[in-house]
Amino acid sequence: MRLAEAWRVALDALRANRLRSGLTMLGVVIGVAAVVALVGIGTGTKQQIERQVEGLGSNLLIVVPGRLEAGSAPTVSTMTLDDMEAVSRIVGDRSRVAVTISSGETVRAGSRTSFASMQGVTESTPTVFVRRLARGRYFSRSDVSTGRRVAVLGASVARQLFGERDPIGRQITIGGVRFRVTGTFEPLGQSLGVDRDSEIHVPVSAAQRLLGTDRIDGLAIRAPDRERIDQLGTAVVDALVERHPDTDFSAVTQEQILGVLGDILGVLTGVLAAIAGISLLVGGVGVSNIMLVSVRERTREIGLRKAVGARPRDIGVQFLLEAVLLTTIGGVLGMALGVTAALLVDRLSPVPAAITWWSLALAFGVSAAVGIIFGVVPAQRAGRLDPVVALRTE
Amino acid sequence: MTAAIVAHGVSRTYELGGVSVPALRGVSLTVEPGDFLAIVGASGSGKSTLMHLLGGLDRPTAGSLMIRGRDVRTLSPAEMARLRNETIGFVFQSFHLLARTSAQDNVALPLVYRGVGRRERQARAVAMLERVGLAHRVQHRPNQMSGGEQQRVAIARALVTDPSVLLADEPTGNLDSVTGRSVLALLESLNADGVAVVLVTHDRDIAARARRQIVMRDGEIVRASGEVWTGGP
Repeated sequence: MRLAEAWRVALDALRANRLRSGLTMLGVVIGVAAVVALVGIGTGTKQQIERQVEGLGSNLLIVVPGRLEAGSAPTVSTMTLDDMEAVSRIVGDRSRVAVTISSGETVRAGSRTSFASMQGVTESTPTVFVRRLARGRYFSRSDVSTGRRVAVLGASVARQLFGERDPIGRQITIGGVRFRVTGTFEPLGQSLGVDRDSEIHVPVSAAQRLLGTDRIDGLAIRAPDRERIDQLGTAVVDALVERHPDTDFSAVTQEQILGVLGDILGVLTGVLAAIAGISLLVGGVGVSNIMLVSVRERTREIGLRKAVGARPRDIGVQFLLEAVLLTTIGGVLGMALGVTAALLVDRLSPVPAAITWWSLALAFGVSAAVGIIFGVVPAQRAGRLDPVVALRTE
Repeated sequence: MTAAIVAHGVSRTYELGGVSVPALRGVSLTVEPGDFLAIVGASGSGKSTLMHLLGGLDRPTAGSLMIRGRDVRTLSPAEMARLRNETIGFVFQSFHLLARTSAQDNVALPLVYRGVGRRERQARAVAMLERVGLAHRVQHRPNQMSGGEQQRVAIARALVTDPSVLLADEPTGNLDSVTGRSVLALLESLNADGVAVVLVTHDRDIAARARRQIVMRDGEIVRASGEVWTGGP
């Protein structure tokens, strides 16, 4: 009964000062909206990257020179195709091993130009990385061993160079050297703002000749089974270190990449949420401020309520409810605004966003908590008012 | 029958900027059930301070004060609130009605804090408004009523809890003389029904309507007159 009265009075107080209540809520609305939208963007980015890494398959082992540790400088590779042969012998199956050497190159077809990431790879690459062709065919083992100048185009490179025309069998130049197109990839989309369809795959031998080198950047292995993937990684690294005594090598699995990326993006999301949380804090201070004004304005009413039998607690609960009502209504509006903003970002920009139920529950909980935290001091002050003094106030 | 309020040697001193200002010095007073008592005095005589003490809004700094058998010095603020709710009805000079709130809801307010259900609250509020002659004003808000009507609403609110003592602080102070007289007549009729009435006023003519008078000056009772009421109505 008393609680129902407190609700009624709190609602009535908010209605009586619509503009003031609205402006105070706005601070909470903006804070909650910012938290929900930014957490949504962080979550969406994390999910997208995780999907992409998972798309690589769980048995993938990536071997690169150097140590994968925070603070270690990138190492220039000394690996060559001979290393690939050595690794293939350890794995026991050449089709499970892929190598890459990459370089940004200007690509032309007739008068059209595109800037693409040229990847010198082996014929096993579509199997190891699960890349599907839209048209044509990939190159063969003999293409790789003879260094034929053939190329498979990423979706956006193909579109830029040939538009709607079929590129299969046509000539392009990469870094001024002629290549013939044998196939195109299915689109992959973007990742962290990078267009993954701007790749061109060519036989690694042809790429090495074009770049005037015999080295490779790194290699990847599709392990036969998941259980012995760590064991395999150790064997490969040991063999490579034996061949290159001056260089460290690292073998990482998909789980390790996911773990590292997840940590980084989790921290990023946390930082974004914390920055947005500061505006929620400022909104809370606004609530506190307006509640103190409300207590002062209604001192006579507090005195009267006490005279007719309201306990300090009854008065305190009434003002606390008013504050919590302010922040939770603001919180719900802020959630709606934040979800809308996140969905718009997801739809209209390359940045992905995903709304999770826990972030909404958290936002609602936090806005209620802000009301309690920032309402408790004004409420206590109201509850402790001396009825004699309060009744006398003009 | 036990006395409703017993004050014995009650003093109340305020601390104002490190200086002790005595507002009440050793006042003894008994309010019996069914009593009709006027406390008269100029402003600053301590009559309002005494009324606040008798109504359980304040505590004495010295002396003993029993309201319906309970020593107010031993009560917590919450217990004092409950004692006020059950025992005392207040009527103020400036009415102290809640704005934007109907007469009915204003009258029902003390019942909210007593924990009475909504349906019963409304029924009792309407009955009390009928008793003070405002059956036609149940849904009106204070700003839609005259001063006399507002004070009647306030009186109905004071009575809705069925208190043993009605404390009226200058109840006619903001009213014209005709309206004031009708409000006084209402208080007299309520007293005739058995409610003890304590009337605080600076007006000796009004005080004369009470069965006994207490005159205050400088925080002390300087004269007490009239019969001490000891029986029922």
